[in-house]
Amino acid sequence: MRIILMSVFLLGGLFFFMVGTIGILRLPDVFTRAHSAAKCDTLGALLCMTALIIYNGFSFVSLKILLIIIFVWVTSPTATHLIAKAEYLRQANMK
Amino acid sequence: MKMLVFSILFLCLTIILCMFRAVKGPSAADRLIAINVIGTKTIVLILIVSFILKEAYFVDVAFVYALISFISTVVIARYIENRWRKHI
Repeated sequence: MRIILMSVFLLGGLFFFMVGTIGILRLPDVFTRAHSAAKCDTLGALLCMTALIIYNGFSFVSLKILLIIIFVWVTSPTATHLIAKAEYLRQANMK
Repeated sequence: MKMLVFSILFLCLTIILCMFRAVKGPSAADRLIAINVIGTKTIVLILIVSFILKEAYFVDVAFVYALISFISTVVIARYIENRWRKHI
């Protein structure tokens, strides 16, 4: 039962990683690529690490993985915001 | 266990596909976005490897990798921003 639940979560995370990668390769602009990369950074990482927590059970390692989830969810939108601001400033100065 | 090995191979494939955008990207922001996504995928990869090898301390390695990836992204983004802020 636990293995089935873990496989469902892990396959969902891999699906979102695949969708984000195809978006990064195919979309035409920097900002749309940033939008597509956010799918990888939030939902894909959350589903994969939740699958590992389910696989491990409740222990100290699970709390560490939960800490990594919270850290990724805080820092990844911050990094994307800084990159988008730098790119916007560059395009505003090019004109 | 087979599920974990399959997910590692799939993550390696998507990392290689992201590497195309990091090499070919027209501007610096494209490369930075691709490198950021590769960092997130590497964190998940290290966690899955730690469960395959049953080594619990790899989780700490993944956490330190998350810290270093965030710091490097912030520093390079601020460098691009300050380079263009001088021309105003």
